Amino acid sequence: MNNTNTLTTDLVRHDSAGLWRLAWRRLRQDKVAIASLCVVTIFAVMMIASYMGLIASHWNAEVAPSYAPPSLHAVTNVANTKVVGIANPQAGPPVDISDIDPLAPRYQEWKERTANIAHEQTQHATSLILGADKWGHDILSKTIKGSEVSISVGILAAFLAVVVGTLLGAVGGYFGGVLDDTLEWFYNIFTSIPYILLILAVAAVFSRGFVTIVLILGLTSWTSVYRLVRAEYMKHSERAYVRAAEALGASHTSRMFKHILPNISHVMLVQYSRYVVDAIKAEVILSFLGLGIPVDMVSWGSILAETQEEVVIGKWSQIIAAGGSMAILVTAISMLTDALRDALDPKLNE
Amino acid sequence: MSMTSFIIRRLWQMLPTLLGVMLLIFLLFNWVGGDPAYILAGKVSDPALIASIRKQLGIDQSYLVQFWVFIKQVFTFDLGRSWSTNELVSHILLTRLGPTLTLLIPVLLLETIIAVGCAMLVAYVRGSLTDRIVMMCCTVAMSISFLVYIIVFQWLFGFKLGWFPVQGWTNSFWVNLSHYAPLPILLAILVDVAPSLRLYRSFILDELHHDYVRTARAKGLTEKNIMLKHVLRNAAIPIVTNVASGLPSALVGLFLLEFFFSIPGLGREMVVAVSNSDFPVIKAVTVYLAVFTMVVNLLVDLLYRWLDPRVAYK
Repeated sequence: MNNTNTLTTDLVRHDSAGLWRLAWRRLRQDKVAIASLCVVTIFAVMMIASYMGLIASHWNAEVAPSYAPPSLHAVTNVANTKVVGIANPQAGPPVDISDIDPLAPRYQEWKERTANIAHEQTQHATSLILGADKWGHDILSKTIKGSEVSISVGILAAFLAVVVGTLLGAVGGYFGGVLDDTLEWFYNIFTSIPYILLILAVAAVFSRGFVTIVLILGLTSWTSVYRLVRAEYMKHSERAYVRAAEALGASHTSRMFKHILPNISHVMLVQYSRYVVDAIKAEVILSFLGLGIPVDMVSWGSILAETQEEVVIGKWSQIIAAGGSMAILVTAISMLTDALRDALDPKLNE
Repeated sequence: MSMTSFIIRRLWQMLPTLLGVMLLIFLLFNWVGGDPAYILAGKVSDPALIASIRKQLGIDQSYLVQFWVFIKQVFTFDLGRSWSTNELVSHILLTRLGPTLTLLIPVLLLETIIAVGCAMLVAYVRGSLTDRIVMMCCTVAMSISFLVYIIVFQWLFGFKLGWFPVQGWTNSFWVNLSHYAPLPILLAILVDVAPSLRLYRSFILDELHHDYVRTARAKGLTEKNIMLKHVLRNAAIPIVTNVASGLPSALVGLFLLEFFFSIPGLGREMVVAVSNSDFPVIKAVTVYLAVFTMVVNLLVDLLYRWLDPRVAYK
């Protein structure tokens, strides 16, 4: 009798919608949120495809003349590029002097080479939706390739920041005492240095590189998630369900990460999505200043660094491509963040 | 607790934080940053030259001694000379502050006035289509990179229309303010208004839930009256503290503008120092801005208690 009773209550509990399912139900009603989610998904798919080399793998190939305008017609580009080389390679010298001409043995080779050049140029010319940059790279591929670095820096740096912030916040808020005081000291140190200054100072010490920039952005921005998580842990560690877990013999680690963590994961998610936006913006600025990724990689920031001189001479393709894609992605993530916050915590909206 | 004891206690609490900041910077530049002698000597590393540079910089001594020297340097405002220009670091800090303030003060004043004004209007029509459109525009405006704004507006107003000089700076304060500063100021306001507007709107909306608003409505005051006389005054508390506590980061926050417009300010100095690995300058800017941040935080706390006497000195 008793057994069946617990069984039924268990079943009922499993059937009731949890926080996440309720949030998803609310989120689905929000048209803006769904649209933003679609945009974010598209960018994510694009990034993964680019990472796997399915698209934009030849972003640094010279496919057009310098600053080729955007066009869908490959023909015009071919006409432009074919001029390269000798006008009529068959002609040779006007009289036959091959027996005394020291260059005679090489004519054949040059002819072949010329043909090759023309051939390659013909192959390169393709339709360029966004035109080409200074070096004749396709801007569309370049922007897609750039998204790879910018987005993955955003995702990874934000992840690192949330992990560090959550761990420290959980330890500080849960245990309190000297441990908490030490972590608060840490927090005070990191927050007394203005964020931008901290990033620049750390960037000055480390060499350029993808991993470095993720570490810099991740390790300098954990403070706000630490604050939030610490406050939540202080609140939750006194609650009845945690006491019950303690009574059942759950260890500290188990109580902290199995029992409390799921209950505050929505705070982490919203903060994570905010961090992604911040990290993407910061990466763009660092790469622009030449403190981010190395020169052989491309990101939206390094593209924007090229545009300063291009805009002056009337070449707008790159700034529109890189600035535009960043604006679209960041807008989508920001709107999704707002919608997520409202969906996860409906009380906030009133 | 009285105000004096509050201040003393807060100053006392600042010491460990300051020590921590100095330790962090010291570790970053004297330990993680590698041997600065190699940076200074360049690619060719002659052992004798390296040894002499190490001796000159005092890094041949133990870390403990070096840290003690660094602390003394910070407190005596003597951080040596810049590695790239050989200019005294203290001189760099003092001379770069002027141009930054020339930009920063007008930016803060105008931006706050505009943002508060717009936030009041938007909060007044809260929930309406206008409100939602303005909020949407803010989100979009915040998503565009600052770099794009600078590049486009520098081109538009500097090159195309020629209303302002593209870049430059002089020694005369008035020429700077009337001639070279307006475009950077305009840009800074343009970029800063959107996030401030969103924040201030939420501050104002928070106030609207309070009882005194209901009382004011009950006694028949017009909505306009309530907003201007009651809500604004109360919302001013978080707004003012927000502006004040943003001051330290604003000092270097204009670094992109200073960089693009060749304004010899603190932010540009920092960026230049970072790209030249000019450690003394970076160390100095970071330490003193951290001190400034701590002082500002204390002042903000005092300001907050002065504006809102309900908050006790705890």
